[in-house]
Amino acid sequence: MSKPLVRPLPFFALWMLIALLLGLSLQARAAEDETLAQVSALLVQKFDQRARGVALLVEQEHPRTEEILHLLKDGELYYRKDDDRLFIVRSADTGAEALDLLDGSAVIIEKKRDFRKVTLNNLMRGQISQALAELGLKAEDPERRAAAVRELLGALDPDTVAVLRNRIGDEPVTEVRELMAQALAIQDLETGDEAARLQAIERLDGSLEPPVRNALTALLESDAGDQVKRQAQLALNGIDEKIRYYGMLETLYFGISLGSVLVLAGIGLAITFGVMGVINMAHGELIMLGAYTTYVIQQLMPNHIGASILVAIPAAFVVSGLVGIAIERGVIRFLYGRPLETLLATFGISLVLQQAVRSIFSPLNRSVETPDWMSGLVEINPVFSLTLSRLYIILFCLLVFAALVMVLKRTPLGLQVRAVSQNRAMARAMGVRSKWVDALTFGLGSGVAGVAGVALSQLTNVGPNLGQAYIIDSFMVVVFGGVGNLWGTLVAGLSLGVANKVLEPWAGAVLAKILVLVFIILFIQKRPRGLFPQRGRAAEG
Amino acid sequence: MENKASKSRLLLGSVSALALSVSMNVAMAAEDTIKVGILHSLSGTMAISETTLKDTMLMLIEEQNKKGGLLGKQLEPVVVDPASNWPLFAEKARELIEKNKVDAVFGCWTSVSRKSVLPVFEELDSLLFYPVQYEGEESSKNVFYTGAAPNQQAVPAVDYLMNDLGVERWVLAGTDYVYPRTTNKILEAYLKAKGVAPEDIMINYTPFGHADWQSIVSDIKKFGSEGKKTAVVSTINGDANVPFYKELGAQGVSAGDIPVVAFSVGEEELSGIDTAPLVGHLAAWNYFMSVDSDANDGFIDSWHSYIENEERVTNDPMEAHYIGFNMWVEAVKKAGTTEPAAVQDAIVGVAVPNLTGGYSTMMPNHHITKPVLIGEIQDDGQFEVVWETSGTVAGDAWSDYLEGSKDIISDWRAPLSCGNYNTKTGKCSGQNF
Repeated sequence: MSKPLVRPLPFFALWMLIALLLGLSLQARAAEDETLAQVSALLVQKFDQRARGVALLVEQEHPRTEEILHLLKDGELYYRKDDDRLFIVRSADTGAEALDLLDGSAVIIEKKRDFRKVTLNNLMRGQISQALAELGLKAEDPERRAAAVRELLGALDPDTVAVLRNRIGDEPVTEVRELMAQALAIQDLETGDEAARLQAIERLDGSLEPPVRNALTALLESDAGDQVKRQAQLALNGIDEKIRYYGMLETLYFGISLGSVLVLAGIGLAITFGVMGVINMAHGELIMLGAYTTYVIQQLMPNHIGASILVAIPAAFVVSGLVGIAIERGVIRFLYGRPLETLLATFGISLVLQQAVRSIFSPLNRSVETPDWMSGLVEINPVFSLTLSRLYIILFCLLVFAALVMVLKRTPLGLQVRAVSQNRAMARAMGVRSKWVDALTFGLGSGVAGVAGVALSQLTNVGPNLGQAYIIDSFMVVVFGGVGNLWGTLVAGLSLGVANKVLEPWAGAVLAKILVLVFIILFIQKRPRGLFPQRGRAAEG
Repeated sequence: MENKASKSRLLLGSVSALALSVSMNVAMAAEDTIKVGILHSLSGTMAISETTLKDTMLMLIEEQNKKGGLLGKQLEPVVVDPASNWPLFAEKARELIEKNKVDAVFGCWTSVSRKSVLPVFEELDSLLFYPVQYEGEESSKNVFYTGAAPNQQAVPAVDYLMNDLGVERWVLAGTDYVYPRTTNKILEAYLKAKGVAPEDIMINYTPFGHADWQSIVSDIKKFGSEGKKTAVVSTINGDANVPFYKELGAQGVSAGDIPVVAFSVGEEELSGIDTAPLVGHLAAWNYFMSVDSDANDGFIDSWHSYIENEERVTNDPMEAHYIGFNMWVEAVKKAGTTEPAAVQDAIVGVAVPNLTGGYSTMMPNHHITKPVLIGEIQDDGQFEVVWETSGTVAGDAWSDYLEGSKDIISDWRAPLSCGNYNTKTGKCSGQNF
């Protein structure tokens, strides 16, 4: 297949030469080097020439094709501006090492600007992943073979069909073989005769890969025979049924994950507002402080992003908790029993905290990285997958909730908190230092808000306005759930999340939010104390 | 940050010191400087974007003063903070013009802030240079639109997707307010005129600061998996972009499958995002920091030395201020006075260098000519230009694709002197903008 570009002798003589002499390797090497030189000359030019370079590389089946394609894809191929030579650069910092692509010699990068990356555009990225997929069919690793077939699903050209038909017999892994058969069946749907089509429909029945559904839909509109169309319609109905079912599961998952964010944001408030009765408008800013703590921790340990989140959780708890205690000791304790003044004072504090963050960190958003172990998908099937970051946040929310319930139910602090919130005078008469308990309770609620900030930093902007975005939702969840009841907060958060996500597809995001708010207003009219009203003396107070 | 804050404090200090000397030495001091108003939010939600523009203006004024000022006088910036509060914008604008007697104002970001100050500028007949891309459908005698009109950003971007990437299905996703609604209306009409079927267009609006994109991204994914090449045209505003892109990354939607082209995401916004999952998504602007031109290199160098931070990026609205400020300077020189009425006449036709290596000209409809660039996000937070118009495109105040707007033209030169002239009925609506 590889065509030597220098052919000094006619074909026959060349073959003789190959057969007779050891010149074979030399010849081939020379040709390969020439291809590589041509490719590199193209790669340093504009996008369309670059694309031609990649095409040439693939066409010539150069032995380093796969390596070079990966380098391009990962953005590790650079060229030196003065002489257009290609280099492999793992890190483009001054003082780092650059390896010459052609002869492998190393140079040290003296000025970052001397080297420019061979950048790609979307067309080239598509071209490269297609080429890699075709190469991937021959890979050792079955997962890579499966990924390659999936990439090629519904986009087969005659060459790859031939390759697939050849390989399918030798494929040792059942799942990959199954996928290959599917790919070929889709091809049959498009081009096969009546019998082949019927067989293909039978094979593809129940498959959730999107190209299958598209091919079936296309078949219905084509000139296929009635029997084929009937079978295709049946298969399509079956697939749609399954997609609907998984769509419902997906909505539920989205709802729970939105709900867990609401619970996380609101649960700190459930303590400060619910248990202590303090209307803390700065609650959102305490969440924001937690998110900024995550940012600072990541700046401090840039090489351990994965671990930084775990360090950030206790750090954010301490930072927000201390700020919370400072707010309680400095302002709120003078205002107990005067809700309106508390509201105004804490609103003022929230503005102070926002502007403080603007002055220290700049008004721009800060970039918090998502660690590798939190990114990605758990793919259950082609139409239903769980996003890993959300899954962790749901788990995290449940953990925080469980921990808080334990603290309030099982520790001396929890006992004192409940005592003070139920009857302050009696608790003091029993020897509880109520002021100390107030400060610690507020610190606990604030610290939990900080922990929520760590989770939110993975989902949304880390900026001065982060808190404002969540303060309304937090109050909504706490009030709906019933003031002073942690379980109420959990149930309210999750059910509001699910309700929002169920409404969203047919009402749109804007209307869904309005509907949920209207519902809460009506609900509070009917049951002013929320889902799980507090009973007893505290409720009347 | 510290430096910047102390610098602006110093500046405010010098402004008030000057005000003091004015009161002591009335006639002399008033003659000495030309005052330029800067009306950008330095606190509140919009501070994130607008603070940078205030600094850009201070830098441009400082440079002009080093070059000897204007008409033999020094320029004096007057900075006010409208605090992202729309009615306050109007109050501050009035304060700048009536109390501080500024000769021109550079400012505003959101369309609603511009609409709020517009009556003030028309009543007091002053000048506003507005540096941000906007939805069009407006042309005021007193406003100069140095950002892109829809035909300088949205329409060429859609052309690129359609012709170069072969996109057949469209998701128009936006934040629920006037800019996305109008832009999407124009784009929808444009796409239908190009023969796109209504079922291949999905329109979606979300509230400001929308943070939970799971269902919408999942819908987009489904919409895009039905066999036709799909793209998202995003007019999602500022803060909502981060969770949107994060969700795209989390659900495994790559730019190769479904590219997103954004009109409000620039270098500054990207500096707050982990860009790894965004590589390959697109943005349409009239300027990118990565543009290779001498003017741009010079601008970036002076920005870095002014702000004393090598990491700071430059972006499109900054270029718009650069162009607008230089146009105003040239027009003042041409008119020989800073009188707003004279400058309004003189500025039409003024051409100044832009940062992409060409020239931008002020058109009679108070919009300017600009090249249109499409860039792909790279993993270092910069854009790589993948497509550009061959020349510059003149901003069109009234869209050619909307009913009721396609017959309207704007020309502020005598004898027409109208921003809203209907060519069919031959009447000027009388409305000032």
